[in-house]
Formats: sequence, structure tokens, C-alpha cells
Amino acid sequence: MLDKVVIANRGEIALRILRACRELGIKTVAVHSTVDRDLKHVRLADETVCIGPPSSSESYLNMPALISAAEVTDAVAIHPGYGFLAENADFAERVEQSGFIFIGPRPDTIRLMGDKVSAIRAMKEAAVPCVPGSDGPLGDEDTANLRLAKAIGYPVIIKAAGGGGGRGMRVVHSEAALLNAIALTRSEASAAFGNAMVYMEKYLDHPRHIEIQVLADTHGNAIYLGERDCSMQRRHQKVVEEAPAPGITPEQRRKIGETCVEACWRIGYRGAGTFEFLYQDGEFYFIEMNTRIQVEHPVTELITGVDLVKQQLLIAAGEPLGYKQDAIQINGHAIECRINAEDPNNFMPSPGTITQYHAPGGPGIRVDSHIYNGYRVPPNYDSMIGKLIAHGENRTAALARMRNALAELVIEGIKTNAPLHRRIFNDVNFIQGGTDIHYLEQQLGQ
Amino acid sequence: MDIRKIKKLIELLEESGISEIEIQEGEESVRISRHHPQGTALMVQPATPAWGGPAYAAPTAPSAAGEHMPTKAAEPALKGHIIKSPMVGTFYRSASPGAKPFVEIGQHVSAGDTICIIEAMKMFNQIEADQSGIIIDILAENGQPVEYDQPLFVIE
Repeated sequence: MLDKVVIANRGEIALRILRACRELGIKTVAVHSTVDRDLKHVRLADETVCIGPPSSSESYLNMPALISAAEVTDAVAIHPGYGFLAENADFAERVEQSGFIFIGPRPDTIRLMGDKVSAIRAMKEAAVPCVPGSDGPLGDEDTANLRLAKAIGYPVIIKAAGGGGGRGMRVVHSEAALLNAIALTRSEASAAFGNAMVYMEKYLDHPRHIEIQVLADTHGNAIYLGERDCSMQRRHQKVVEEAPAPGITPEQRRKIGETCVEACWRIGYRGAGTFEFLYQDGEFYFIEMNTRIQVEHPVTELITGVDLVKQQLLIAAGEPLGYKQDAIQINGHAIECRINAEDPNNFMPSPGTITQYHAPGGPGIRVDSHIYNGYRVPPNYDSMIGKLIAHGENRTAALARMRNALAELVIEGIKTNAPLHRRIFNDVNFIQGGTDIHYLEQQLGQ
Repeated sequence: MDIRKIKKLIELLEESGISEIEIQEGEESVRISRHHPQGTALMVQPATPAWGGPAYAAPTAPSAAGEHMPTKAAEPALKGHIIKSPMVGTFYRSASPGAKPFVEIGQHVSAGDTICIIEAMKMFNQIEADQSGIIIDILAENGQPVEYDQPLFVIE
């Protein structure tokens, strides 16, 4: 087993990683910026190292500081969490070159899936269904691009190869707007990602976002752990996630799951990963793969009983997967609400001191959060302050438990999106299930 | 314990990157910690000080607020500019083992003079004095791991 792990992240995921390490008897090193000294996981960790000032670029994105912290504490591995450097292939490479274990896939796998064009190409070769599109980067020839868009059929979407997670994309509804859209997306991509490569895909007008969780070890074993429906989004940020996805049959699950496992073998995947799809009219279309643990991993943990973060650590330690595919069963239904420190109506961030915090409880309620009474939410990082997850024997029970939990939840001193969640869980269409990725924004627009 | 001494300790805490100081004099001891949720809390204890902070059951009683880097509970400097570490790494007082240290206590330095080396990822970074003055205290030991903002020198 790994002796000591540096947790290269903050907030709720750092606490999650710390908990998994402690279960396995792994010593923990919490690295933090100057404003994060009072993070819950920092107070609980065996050792702490201040790595920089508040700004992310000088702390949580500061590769030399992170690796140096691993050196001075004699750690053996670094867990990058999600966000920050979790999908930075250069970081993974430098970690390994410095003699540490990077808890995640190999650097070249991260690189392959980080470039959206090469990822799609690799998935096509693995027979994973993809969105009809340019099958590669767009060239500079206007006539070729116009012809391509016509063949795919409007509306189309132009995406940056170096983007992902909703960034660097533009929808085009008519031929007249195409060439401008391509040029604009190119320059945005160049500025934001340092990579002007763009590609084109059919724009699906009422898809759901359904993703498949996988685990792969270093002994050739790979399994899928069901799907998650993350269609409730605002500006490409997930707000509510659930597992399993309403309406997906066991046969559909098996088919798409096995396809993803096959892809894992082909690309030599290692660790936890998620294949993201758009699902429309009964068909799955691959959009991207996330080569890390995801925010919404708890819903999969609750329906399968598998501790994904612990598995990440075990896989990194060279252990074989503890589960065969037939041991993975779906039990009941789980839903997660992302609690953000923001105004529930205009979504402006709301940092500040939490003067009163009371977490809900009872059967089937899980709270993954680092906040406590008196904790000061700093303004320097993203606004998510916790996740509230409910599990029940079926979707109706999970919804009822979440409604109870939202009613019990108390966070005072800052604004949160808890009121928005209460509205969502009383929404007739959401309650019915199967709403698409545009639904939440349409409701908010009214 | 003299209230003026305690005030000086609080000042030292506030102007440095130290998060906790504990001083023992005879049977009395004072622990002042910065990161108590209600702010700088002052606890004067006649006997062994209890763990002050939120009531989390720590796996092993972490020393000095769980900090790996032992910060030297210094004599309160009445005045002085503290030079803090700009990076994570290992602190060295000289350019190579056995060589003369860059600076000693009492030595005058000018702004821009190299006062120590911090080694990180096999690279040796020369740390310079950001103002001129006399070194009145050295707060880290040769070969000690240091973190960002950790106090290293006091210059007057």
C-alpha cells in the first residue's frame, strides 16, 4: 500500500481523498494556499505544507510547489482530485519523472483524451459511437467547411480541440453564420487554450447527458459501474446528477458499458474514468472522456457499493481490481445536488463566513462537504461548497429523501443555491425524469 | 505572565506567517493560535495546555496545529522585518555543505544580497534580502523543509 499521499487539491474533494487515505492507513499531506489554512482536511491531515498565495496559478496550479511539497514530506504519490491539474498531462509526466506515483492514468492517456480530436479518433477506432462530424480538425478552406456542414445538417456546433467541459464551443444554426463562427471559435480557442484547432459536430437539439463510470487496473482488468444522468446543467455546469439514468434499460447499460470497457483495454486505461455521451432518441454519442475522479462520483458509489476513490488508491498501489463485472449490481437510485456559495437567482458568487451550518441526516443521506460553523468561504476559488446526496430504493424514494434533506439543510452567513434545488425537486418534469440538457436553463429563463 | 509579553507575542504572530506559538515559562504556558474559528484566541493555562481548536478527533495528536514544518517559537522580536520563504523546499544556509553560511546573526546585509538557498526539485534557488539591515534572527535550520510564507530571517 502507498505510504504517504500528497492531496493536490482543496475543498470537498480533498476531504474525500483524505478520508479514503485514512481508511487504507495511508499518511496524508495536505497542501494548501495561505487562505486555505482552515480547510477541514488541512486540519485533519497528518502533515500540511503551505504552497503559495491565494491565487490558484501560484498555488494549486503551481507544479514545482506541488512536487516540492511531495519531496520535502517524502510522499510516494500525488492525488490530483478533479479540476486544477487533474487532467494536465505535463503535470502527470513531471510527477512521474520526479519519482512519484501520479494517481490517475498514464500521462500519454491523459494527453490522448485531453485533445478532443484525438480522443474522438481513438474512440471511433474502438467502435464507440460518436457524434457525426468532421472526424478531425477543420481546415482553412471555406468551401470544404461549408460542404461539410451541409452534409452533417444544421444545426452544427464548432468545438475547440483543446476545450472541453463546455468551454470553447459555438452553435451554428444556418449556413450564413458558419464561417464567422469558425473564425471566432478559432481565435477564442487560441487565446484560452493555446490551440486554435477546432472541429465540427452535429448539434443535437434535445439530448440528455449520460456518462459511464469505469475502473481499470494495471493487471488488464476493467469494469463499468453503470451510468449517471447529468442533464440538469446551467452554462455547461452540472447542477444535479443521478444514477441510474431514468429510462435506460439493463440491455442498453450492458451494451454501452461493454463498449467503454473495450475502449479502456485498447487505450491501456488506468484508474477511474468517465465516458461522457449525449443520448438522444435511443442512441449514445461520445463527446469526451474525463480521465479523473468526477464531482458526481458519490451517486455511483451509492448504487454500486464501490468506493471509487479507495479504488483509485488501490489501483495506484498496483493492486488488482477487487470487483469482477458480474459483482457490480445497481441497487436503488441516488441523486446529488451541488451546493454552491452563490446567489440562487443571479448566480453571483457569495463568499464569506458561514455563521450557521446544519447538515441534514437520516437514512440514505450523504453529505460530502468541507464546511463547518465559522468557516470562511474564500473568494479565490470555484463556488462549490459541498454535495448533498440522497439514496433510496427507487427514484421516488430518493427524490423524497432529497426533498427532506433540502428542507433540513441550514447554511447561513452566505447565499447558496439551496433554494434553486428546492425548486428543482418540486418541478413536475424533473420529477417525471428524463429532462434534457437545455431544460434547466429554459426553466430559469422564465 | 506579563500581559505586555503576551501582547508582543500576538503582534509577532500577526505580522509573521506563523499560525501558532506556544511558550512555557516554569509552570505557566501560553498558546496563541491564529486559525481558531473565532479569530486569534488567547489561552493562558496553569497546567498542560489542551488541544485548542474545533473538537475533531485527530488520529495522532498533531503537534503545532498539524504543521509538518516546525516553526521555531522565537523570542518575541520587538521590531524587525521578517523575510518569509517564497517557495516550498529545503532551506540551506550555505552554497554547499561545509561552506561558510551566507549570513550570520549580527551581520549586515544589503537589499539583493543572497541570504540562503532553497532547494526544490533538484534546483537551488538563491533567496535574496528584500531590504538592507542587520540579521537579528534566523528562524529555520540548515536542511529543514520549509513551506511558502514560512518566516526565515528577521532583519532590523
